[in-house]
Amino acid sequence: MLRFANPSFVLRFVKRAIPIFGVLSAVLLAVGLYLVFFVAPADYQQGETVRIMYIHVPAAWLGMFAYMVMSSAALGTLVWRHPVADAAQKSAAPLGAMFTFICLVTGSLWGKPMWGTYWVWDARLTSMLVLLLIYLALIALWRTIEEPQRAARVAAVMTLVGLVNIPIIKFSVDWWNTLHQPSSVFKTTGPAIYSSMLWPLLVMAVGSTCLFVTLHMMSIRNEILRRRLDRLTHLAVAAGDAPRTATFEPAR
Amino acid sequence: MNGPLVALTKREITIARRIGGGGSMGVVFLLVLVTMVPFAIGPDLNLLSRIGPAILWIAALLAMLLGLDRLFQADFEDGSLDQLQLGATPLEAVVFVKCLAHWMTTGLPLVVAAPLLGLLMAQDAESMLGVGVSLFIGTPALTFVGGVGAAATVSLRRGGLLMALLVLPLCVPALIFGVSAANAAAPGATVPFAAPLAVLAALTLAAGALCPFATAALLRRLGE
Repeated sequence: MLRFANPSFVLRFVKRAIPIFGVLSAVLLAVGLYLVFFVAPADYQQGETVRIMYIHVPAAWLGMFAYMVMSSAALGTLVWRHPVADAAQKSAAPLGAMFTFICLVTGSLWGKPMWGTYWVWDARLTSMLVLLLIYLALIALWRTIEEPQRAARVAAVMTLVGLVNIPIIKFSVDWWNTLHQPSSVFKTTGPAIYSSMLWPLLVMAVGSTCLFVTLHMMSIRNEILRRRLDRLTHLAVAAGDAPRTATFEPAR
Repeated sequence: MNGPLVALTKREITIARRIGGGGSMGVVFLLVLVTMVPFAIGPDLNLLSRIGPAILWIAALLAMLLGLDRLFQADFEDGSLDQLQLGATPLEAVVFVKCLAHWMTTGLPLVVAAPLLGLLMAQDAESMLGVGVSLFIGTPALTFVGGVGAAATVSLRRGGLLMALLVLPLCVPALIFGVSAANAAAPGATVPFAAPLAVLAALTLAAGALCPFATAALLRRLGE
């Protein structure tokens, strides 16, 4: 595990792992989408719109999973000061924001035919929206602080503060919603899913997770390379060269 | 008694009083915001009295946010923050006291003023009392959570907007329970007043206990 603190080891590792996970996610998502569109039955109530759920549910799950990944990386930043943890933290934020956004958009597209409106202030929707706001604030934080190591530490503390707050926000929003809207629009305890629908969902979930892992690794690699390039440019400038003469080779 | 912390409290309050601006400006900002609302939604007294507590809470939240960037900024710029870190008093305690003093100089005036502004929002006596009590119990949570945001952005030249982005989502729970408590105080409310108020008090206590650690961790990073 400690080897992952070494950026060169990580670069070598992701060089092997990215193709594996990339192919895995492509195959799983292809199979999953085939199952979703041609095998899974339409719901007896929701009709064909139920197929949106096969994108929506994995996106919601990954939106939260990305925050967990980001929080573990934040711990890595604060406790061990890994440069790789910094990179993992930074690259998880846009991915998490993207999946949360996909979840909100697909949910809203599903809501229009089902509930007759694109948006309701339901507790779940609202919590996801607040999660998206937290992601966007963290991305803004990363962009504002120029020095990468300082940005990593500040973002790490804010990420962990958010981690403690997310359950509290979830609880308050649930309370707020039940207070204002006693008859909820949809039940949180849905009916049990039939296996013909469960299998496509599981395949899609695993496929999306592989996609997240692939994109996250690619993003970590880019971040490590970007930092090296920055450093080389600084060194070159310090040595009196023009910045563009800095040469740069990928690690083997 | 713990000498340094009492001295720090006195220092903070003295500075706030001599510089001026912080507390009274927040109250004026609150007044301006509350005045703007009827222009936007119309002078319908029934509607205003129904949404009044919510408007006052939102306005108080924004007014708190406005003053927060001063929490560590001046001390960071003139080096006092480094001196405070060098001292024997734990930074967490220093942060707690600074937040508390900041609340006394900026939050407390809002707590006093907001119920009076309830007159403009057609609030009756019970509602005004509810707004006052809920703000009194809830606004310290905003200061403690806001302190984390202020520490995260203290070294940035234009950190105010970023601080708002960071802090506002974290204020959702306090806002929800604050407005619920204020609404519960109004006549004809279905929820008992004590229930949301107790949660609000819990939020304030938890924020006061936990946030100084995050804030202190952020301030320590400044020196590195």
